[in-house]
Amino acid sequence: MFRNTYDSDNTVFSPQGRLHQVEYSLEAVKQGSAAVGLRSKTHAVILGLKRSTGELASYQQKMYRIDDHVGIAIAGLTSDARVLSNFMRQQAMGSKMVFNRPVPVNRLVSAIADKAQVNTQEYGRRPYGVGFLVIGHDHTGPHLYEFSPSGTSFEYYAMSIGARSQSAKTYLEKHYEKFVDCDLTDLIRHGLHALRETLQQDKELTINNTSIGIIGPAASSEAPGSGESFRILEGEPISGFLQSMLPKEEAMGFAPAPAAPAAAPASDQDVQMSE
Amino acid sequence: MDHFPTNWGRPRNDAFDAYNTYPFHVRPDNGPRDAFADNVQRTQQPIVTGTSVLALKYKDGIMMAADCLASYGSLARFKDIQRLHEVGKFTVIGASGDMSDYQYLQTTLDELLISEEITAADGHSLGPVEIHEYLSRLMYGRRSRLNPLWNSILVGGVKDGKSFLAYVDLLGTTYSSSTLATGYGAYIAQPLLRKAVEGREMDIDENEARKIMTDCLRVLFYRDARSLNKYQIATVTDSGVAISPSMELGTQWGFAEGIRGYGAQTQ
Repeated sequence: MFRNTYDSDNTVFSPQGRLHQVEYSLEAVKQGSAAVGLRSKTHAVILGLKRSTGELASYQQKMYRIDDHVGIAIAGLTSDARVLSNFMRQQAMGSKMVFNRPVPVNRLVSAIADKAQVNTQEYGRRPYGVGFLVIGHDHTGPHLYEFSPSGTSFEYYAMSIGARSQSAKTYLEKHYEKFVDCDLTDLIRHGLHALRETLQQDKELTINNTSIGIIGPAASSEAPGSGESFRILEGEPISGFLQSMLPKEEAMGFAPAPAAPAAAPASDQDVQMSE
Repeated sequence: MDHFPTNWGRPRNDAFDAYNTYPFHVRPDNGPRDAFADNVQRTQQPIVTGTSVLALKYKDGIMMAADCLASYGSLARFKDIQRLHEVGKFTVIGASGDMSDYQYLQTTLDELLISEEITAADGHSLGPVEIHEYLSRLMYGRRSRLNPLWNSILVGGVKDGKSFLAYVDLLGTTYSSSTLATGYGAYIAQPLLRKAVEGREMDIDENEARKIMTDCLRVLFYRDARSLNKYQIATVTDSGVAISPSMELGTQWGFAEGIRGYGAQTQ
């Protein structure tokens, strides 16, 4: 039961010149919970909304450390993310061993983008169903990249991926010019404000469902000895950051437009592509 | 036994097939090439050799020197060989030992720079630290396969205001110091260099460094039967790498008349 005639094989173009399987893989990213990334002159941070399958279940990990200078937040299929993050870790180790140098972040991201591209062109494969936000630091400063399973990677000042990430993007687009001069505490606050936009009506950010990944010098509120390398804050250590959030209207700086209509609740049907 | 994992089936490890291109592309065949493959003999000794390389740190960066001779055994076979090589914008290497292995290294490093800097073109360039680490891995890898590249190499350079000078040899052994010498120079020139340089690296200007170098090269020419009075000096400073054209050493042989105890003369 196919929606489109050109659905079944990722190597066949539709008459409109599109690869439907590749576009579906981008839909898989949108099914994952949201992640937000932003960067200043000195820091790069990622924030993720963790999901749990129920009251009795733990929350699913959203962030992975790749190396001292690189970390990722994922949205989409966790198992695909593990394959790619293991690959990134190998690349990072290889660079340390062969050149005694932390791998340049852009090359690491390009490497997984190339890996994903092969899957969009070769018979018998499927694209990865996961998108990454990658933060890293090298001698050119802090960076934020988005990786998408279509095989592209771009650098951003601020970006969001995952479910209802358009609402976070709206916040980021309104405020991104301020990010460059923010200190870490303000940068995280902006990130939390953006992440909050992706929540459903009755939900809120808590110390249990929020992860914060940081690269750059430690904030005064962080545990001493945090250093500058990538670290993930979860649980009690982030309660201070959560309390520092401003109420929604104040944060937006204007009366919020009615929230974008929630993505249609997932039916058992495949995602309907726009023509 | 086929030792190449991509020929075993699905690759198990990203290290062997980073982009997971198997089976679409041509599979590398590392199997036996012909009936003689089992009888290949690996390098047992160097053939055409270069002698000492000297290097020191001084105020502006590093200086390296080597003579222009490639010997075939005790025969002074090639007298206009350059043994100093520029690697990228920040590094110079100098090699003693087997000259064909050295030429292989030059090619390998040039290819590395094409893929790392020209193809990538993202502003992440390799400095002397990275080149030295790469060479040490290469040399150790080759010796572990019982097929060493028969060289002692000095790697020196300046990047981001930091000067770097280190040694690597056919076993993959590395060390670093403010003065270094390979081969016969490690016995003859290294003590002279240490005496002249150690503790006052930041006081030595280029002229003095050149004088120290030429003095050491002169002593080596007098003492080392595989050396030549034609040499080159390379400097690496903040403004980049400069390798001089070959120059002649001024030498004095008047004292030879007075030497007794060798050769034909009886008294």
